[in-house]
Amino acid sequence: MEQHTVSRTKEFLHHIRRNRKVKAGLALFAAILALAIVGPLFTPYGPLEPTGEAGRPPSLEHPLGTNTFTYDVYAQTVYGLRSSLLIGFLGGLIATVIGILIGLAAGYMGGLVDEFLMMLTNIFLVIPTLALLIVIAAYIEYRGIMIESLIIGLTSWPWTARAVRAQTLSLKNREFVLVARMSGASGLRIMVGEILPNMFSYAIMVFILQFGGAILYAVGLDFLGLGPTKGISLGLILQQAVLWNAIQLGMWWWAIPPGLIIALLLASLYTINTGMDEVLNPRLRRLE
Amino acid sequence: MTRGVWNLCANILELRGVTKVFKTGLTGKPVVAVDKVSFALREGEILSLLGESGSGKSTIARMILRFLKPTQGSIIYRGKDVWRLQGREVLEYYQEVQGIFQDPYSSFNPIHRVEHHLKQALRSLADGKKNFDEDNVIREAMERVGLNPQNVMGKYPHELSGGQLQRLSIARALLARPRLLVADEPVSMLDASTRVDLLNILAELRDEERMTIILIGHDLSLAYYISDTVVVLYRGSVMESGHVDEVLMRPKHPYTRLLLDSVPQLDKKWEHRMGLENGDQDYDELSKGCKFAPRCPKRFDKCEETPPLLTLGSRRVSCWLYADRQS
Repeated sequence: MEQHTVSRTKEFLHHIRRNRKVKAGLALFAAILALAIVGPLFTPYGPLEPTGEAGRPPSLEHPLGTNTFTYDVYAQTVYGLRSSLLIGFLGGLIATVIGILIGLAAGYMGGLVDEFLMMLTNIFLVIPTLALLIVIAAYIEYRGIMIESLIIGLTSWPWTARAVRAQTLSLKNREFVLVARMSGASGLRIMVGEILPNMFSYAIMVFILQFGGAILYAVGLDFLGLGPTKGISLGLILQQAVLWNAIQLGMWWWAIPPGLIIALLLASLYTINTGMDEVLNPRLRRLE
Repeated sequence: MTRGVWNLCANILELRGVTKVFKTGLTGKPVVAVDKVSFALREGEILSLLGESGSGKSTIARMILRFLKPTQGSIIYRGKDVWRLQGREVLEYYQEVQGIFQDPYSSFNPIHRVEHHLKQALRSLADGKKNFDEDNVIREAMERVGLNPQNVMGKYPHELSGGQLQRLSIARALLARPRLLVADEPVSMLDASTRVDLLNILAELRDEERMTIILIGHDLSLAYYISDTVVVLYRGSVMESGHVDEVLMRPKHPYTRLLLDSVPQLDKKWEHRMGLENGDQDYDELSKGCKFAPRCPKRFDKCEETPPLLTLGSRRVSCWLYADRQS
């Protein structure tokens, strides 16, 4: 009995292994993740710990130099990467889960439930999210990473909800759903047990996109000075670098590395996404 | 034989003036898929709904199975309006009325093993037996439709053939021990030898359990082979209905004749098919009058008005030709 599931997983892994985009994206992402996990081990300094030397270029002592406030840029970058990844993961997860739940309920139940949920979705869609984020962020005095992810997650689900609703609408009139209804399955059972599993591959893709989107949003917020009030993130490093004229003063090591890591991180996520698209959709697979 | 809220009625199922209009978008023209269709079934009868594609036969099946709500008219199962059932009554309805679909491959969720689909039906619909062995009941149901449980248990739908899956569809429907089975073109995607096997299973069900069956299809010879009564549909309206021997052996309506003439026969060459040149006639201008008139070889002035459903002996015909001969 078990061998069938094994063979399906095997087939899936086989296509992943064959897909260069997925492989390249995953490798890059893994490298960045490794940097976030083990990077802090290679520096004695904390992200907000003065070193006594201001504006030093990269050296053995400080791999990425120090900034105007004598902080070690390498320490700031690796710790900042940790919080950026956490925000991306949590924010993306919250947005994906909310989007799927709302889209599924609206699409399957239809009628008034659909009207109400889609009205809610459309309201969230037309609200200028960044402006809303700024207002919310400005009102909260203490802003931690968790609050930031929550704000991002709660504002970026609408597109997911709409797309999931559309998928649900096309699945709910498929014969196997009708058969489940004739078999006496409840609405909840059909949504969770019959329709949702058929969107699993789509959910993975949505999560990857939301993950990248949340990181980008967080960087934007930080850059506007609405990031975490305590701690460090890649966006905060960039904000300070720009605020204190790092580039004009020739301190490229302060501004370039965090920006580069953000760019590489997003590039890896989008590459995985397009690659997974090819893996999960047989029609996009290339014959090599 | 009644469970729950059902009454004993002369007719197990009755359609009264059932109409279904589909609206396409905001500006699109409404499409009348089913137009005031009425017919009734007695317990233990096999009724064939015949018609070409687009005649509304599958829409009727879906309305009976509660997947589409009729725009007008009512569907009465044992004295109860099917579309007025609420809460638990819906479950009780599905204990009585089950369906199978044309495409066996899409009737099963590809991500679940086949027995998942049977277990679902068993758990919600098989009543009064709490302490049975699920696997045993499922095995028995599989054997009953001619499947070897060892060959299918634990497999995914894509690992089975169309014939095997269609047998499983029937097995699933039978777990509820229904009184009425709606089979929407159950054999049209199967090869000829499997076809007869499956139809024989249906005929056995009728003979042994007095199950009532609505068989939807377009194959006249299969309908003749198995059914007691036939209803011939054309563009959503009943053209002719009655006992199978009367309607298919001595057809009255020109459309029924045309249908019978288009059945390929071994002893005749493929020449004398009639009335096909107008087959693509635009439907719109026909909103008044007989729907078949543009293709009808016998049309006359009267056909510009909608013909009534005439009763001729035990059959009903919707054609002006017989207006003066009504009994």
